[in-house]
Amino acid sequence: MTNETGAPLLDVSGVTLRYKTPGALITATERVSFAVNRSDRFVLLGPSGCGKSTLLKAVGGYLKPSEGSITILGRKVMEPGPDRMMVFQEFDQLLPWKTVLENVMFPLLDARNLSRKEAEEKARHYIDKVSLTRALHSYPHTLSGGMKQRVAIARGMAMEPDILLMDEPFAALDALTRRTCQDELLQLWEETRFTVMFVTHSINEAIKIGNRILLLSPHPGRVKAEVVDVDTASPTDGSAGQLEKEIHDMLFSQEEAH
Amino acid sequence: MSSKARIVMRPLEDAGSGEVERELSFLEKAWDNSGVRKVAIILALALIWELYGRWTDNALLFPPLSDTFAALIDNIRSGVLPARAWTSLKILLMGYAAGIVMAGILTIAAINTRLGSDFLETMTAMLSPLPAIALLPLALLWFGLGNGSLVFILIHSVLWPVALNTHSGFRAVSTTLRMVGRNYGLKGFAFIRKILIPAAFPSILAGLKIGWAFAWRTLVAAELVFGVSSGQGGLGWFIFENRNLLEIPSVFAGLLTVILIGLIVENLIFRTIERRTVLRWGLQS
Repeated sequence: MTNETGAPLLDVSGVTLRYKTPGALITATERVSFAVNRSDRFVLLGPSGCGKSTLLKAVGGYLKPSEGSITILGRKVMEPGPDRMMVFQEFDQLLPWKTVLENVMFPLLDARNLSRKEAEEKARHYIDKVSLTRALHSYPHTLSGGMKQRVAIARGMAMEPDILLMDEPFAALDALTRRTCQDELLQLWEETRFTVMFVTHSINEAIKIGNRILLLSPHPGRVKAEVVDVDTASPTDGSAGQLEKEIHDMLFSQEEAH
Repeated sequence: MSSKARIVMRPLEDAGSGEVERELSFLEKAWDNSGVRKVAIILALALIWELYGRWTDNALLFPPLSDTFAALIDNIRSGVLPARAWTSLKILLMGYAAGIVMAGILTIAAINTRLGSDFLETMTAMLSPLPAIALLPLALLWFGLGNGSLVFILIHSVLWPVALNTHSGFRAVSTTLRMVGRNYGLKGFAFIRKILIPAAFPSILAGLKIGWAFAWRTLVAAELVFGVSSGQGGLGWFIFENRNLLEIPSVFAGLLTVILIGLIVENLIFRTIERRTVLRWGLQS
């Protein structure tokens, strides 16, 4: 699956997204462009109303841009598909009628057409990676929020998609669990170097997770800036804190102005 | 005076007995079981029935429970009651199955098109308050004195509650679950079968239960009204016939059979399905 070197994995160019509410046509994002390379941890960051989740859903294929185009490995994104696995914020994203193992296996069987044996092997491997082997045969309603999100991540990763799309997956977790989940995600990335696009409204989380951060301004969502080489910011020498402050000032300076 | 934050330990012996868990006695445990409590209620009612029956001493109006049981056993031995029950059940299953299939078709049309949804909503609003038995005279006119009429009114009593519940169940499936399904590339009928039906299963099951109860009542009532069809009547006919013969214990035996079949279906079949599905999945507690 090698592309021409240099060509991005995901290319979003000039994308305007609009959706209808009863009585109004809302512009969520306007002419947004960015490119995600292989093994990027690409974070979309911005205050509420900047269209970051809408943008992620457009990459997921759930809504069509009214302007511009989204291509992944040269293919135009037309509809949802298992090459772009989603991890949602909501805890009810697991199928409640399937156990943890069955939940992870289901897309492998259904969309990847693996044999039961292969699917189970792969599912067990990734469930082990998020350290949930003890909950293998539990139904989702018996799991805590953090465990559910980890199953969803395992399910996404087991599919080995071109890109993993995460829509504020840790936003509904308590602070301690959130930190554990962030650390685990980074650990998993170290091991497999998957490509992930991550939406968050927490500057701190963006710096921790991402190697690149796209800053969006609200109403309508526009690209304001991109933070690169986020990896070099370290929490120990205070450079991460410094970066966090800079990003914060940048995102909220205008808000106060008007 | 101290100004530093510190931890003050508490001596442990001040606390209570330290008992965390005490096993309940056998009687306490038994009384916590709803099954035990319900059986106790049934036994008490049976006792009242028996005593009242003996006290009135009028087998034509209110035979005691023991006479009813004797009649029940006699009728089962002679094979009359099982044959009548089977006749009823056969027609019931036919109507029930046909009603469910039609409800499925209507609901699938309703979730896929706006017009289908409007159609379903209008039809259920108009027809579900209409008692099925009220359609019997018309049904007899159209389908004659046979099973056709019975199946027709059974479909009417099953179709609307099942379709209504299934449809509202489908609509209540969360956006997230729908998006997950589409993420897997599921579309059309596969999406309905693999995502919508299991996700809406609590509502579907509730619809099936209501449909069953409606159908059962409708059938017994219909048999009472027009009785025997093609030489073999059902349970309703059994009750009617015995009343005409003034075999009142047998009338009660017929009623008991209706109750028993209802209980068996509710407690064995639907309970088992519930336990294996919605309860295990945590969709219902």
